[in-house]
Amino acid sequence: MSDEEKFDAIIIGAGPAGAACAYVLAKNGKSVLLVERGTSAGSKNVTGGRLYTYALELVEPGLYQEAPLERKVVREQIMMLGNSSAMTMDYVDYDFGKEVPQSYSVLRAPFDEWFAAQAEAQGAMLAPGILVDELLEADGKIVGIKAGDDEIYATVVIAADGVNSFIAQKAGLRKDIDAHSVGVGAKEIIELPEQVIEDRFNLNGGEGAARVLVGCSGGVLGGGFLYTNKSSISLGVVLNPEDLADQGKSIHEIMQELKMHPAIYPLIKDGTTVEYGAHLVPETGYHAMPKDLYRDGLIMVGDAAGMVVNTGTIIRGIDLAIVSGVAAAQAILKNENVSNVGPAYVKELEDLDLTPTMKLYANFHELMSNRRMVTVYPKMANEMMKVLFAVDGKLPERMDKAMLKVLKKHVTFGQLLADGWRGFKAV
Amino acid sequence: MTVKKLSPDELLGLNKFAVDEEEPHIVLDKAICANCKEKPCLVVCPAVLYTLKDGEVNFDYAGCLECGTCRIVCKTKGISKWAYPRGTMGVTFRYG
Repeated sequence: MSDEEKFDAIIIGAGPAGAACAYVLAKNGKSVLLVERGTSAGSKNVTGGRLYTYALELVEPGLYQEAPLERKVVREQIMMLGNSSAMTMDYVDYDFGKEVPQSYSVLRAPFDEWFAAQAEAQGAMLAPGILVDELLEADGKIVGIKAGDDEIYATVVIAADGVNSFIAQKAGLRKDIDAHSVGVGAKEIIELPEQVIEDRFNLNGGEGAARVLVGCSGGVLGGGFLYTNKSSISLGVVLNPEDLADQGKSIHEIMQELKMHPAIYPLIKDGTTVEYGAHLVPETGYHAMPKDLYRDGLIMVGDAAGMVVNTGTIIRGIDLAIVSGVAAAQAILKNENVSNVGPAYVKELEDLDLTPTMKLYANFHELMSNRRMVTVYPKMANEMMKVLFAVDGKLPERMDKAMLKVLKKHVTFGQLLADGWRGFKAV
Repeated sequence: MTVKKLSPDELLGLNKFAVDEEEPHIVLDKAICANCKEKPCLVVCPAVLYTLKDGEVNFDYAGCLECGTCRIVCKTKGISKWAYPRGTMGVTFRYG
């Protein structure tokens, strides 16, 4: 086969990592084939979710202004649910919405389709509806892909095929996923008029709220989320599959119970569910990343490489995917010799602060895997609030005694100290 | 509209699917499943596609959301094949 028929890069998966990589490569004159198994880019993808804008700025300043983003997030909320109560912390910061807004709620089908089209406009060739079956190998190097009967060659292949990454597995860079290292997410998109959403969440036009839900997982490790989109609400749960199985609890039922919780229902009432999605989420951060992110002729980006950070309040995945796509593109652009691309990619990830960020939060997942965080503490917080607010006309218990009683009912001082210490160590 | 609990069928009915009638992308080895005590697939599948009928695991790949959870919790390898559907087939998320 002649050199003209060979691409500089084949990117498997037109999600944010793949599209970002394709965009930067094509813009700089490289020949790029962006392969997507869905009928359109984004049609297989699900997020919570939100996009931190800095990542798009890294691809092309100002690009975000044309993107089909939902609402700029100015309200950050944590909601701890009791059985028929909830305590919500609501942090509003209008600086988050100024100039280049910090983050936007996003729906992946329209966003990914748009982003892949931007890469196409830069000169990348987008090939939707094609499932890559195999990698082509020669002399120990990855040299292309096989899809059906077609064999297509490239100098570098980029595995941007998401959390399940069969491509990285075929390349021998990763084993199949461990059930304890991921969460399974289920989500409903519930349509509501824009004005109703703004009224219910105290938002000005175009502004959004992002809410982390704790204590809504039926005692299963995990939690929930709520994001306001333009004219819909994304409501869902992310649960540990191993723990679901151990406890014999159904993710579908936990999700349906959440909708009907007395503190959630008024937020979504009169809404219409228009889609039900599910997806795996890498949960253990840096520890879930494969040791090697490349081999000769192949590099891994985004979810395929386990690039997700979850601190409990900050959940980052799409932005890291985009950053890794840019890092991969820069490594390719700077190196003629394909053998140097992998090491250069690792260095770009360092320079762009991706790997250092993953390392910084490396042990945060231990906080989330503490069962008391999802069962005991949300309930305890709610009962303490009840002490502060409940009046029934009888002589109340002394405040300090009542608080201590709630505390003792839920935890021992030993447990409290141990959890505090674990938290301190993780941070 | 009123918000209410929705059954798996009601939820999946909202989604767009192109079912590959010729080639199922997930295949079970029912002999293995029959001997599996834990059957974690019954509870982890968000689409509830694994059900128990007369003690036997029933499975329908048609409403699959392609998350992969069943594969990673299946320790007995009763799921003998788990691949993505062929290009253009399977679920098409319109919102995501």
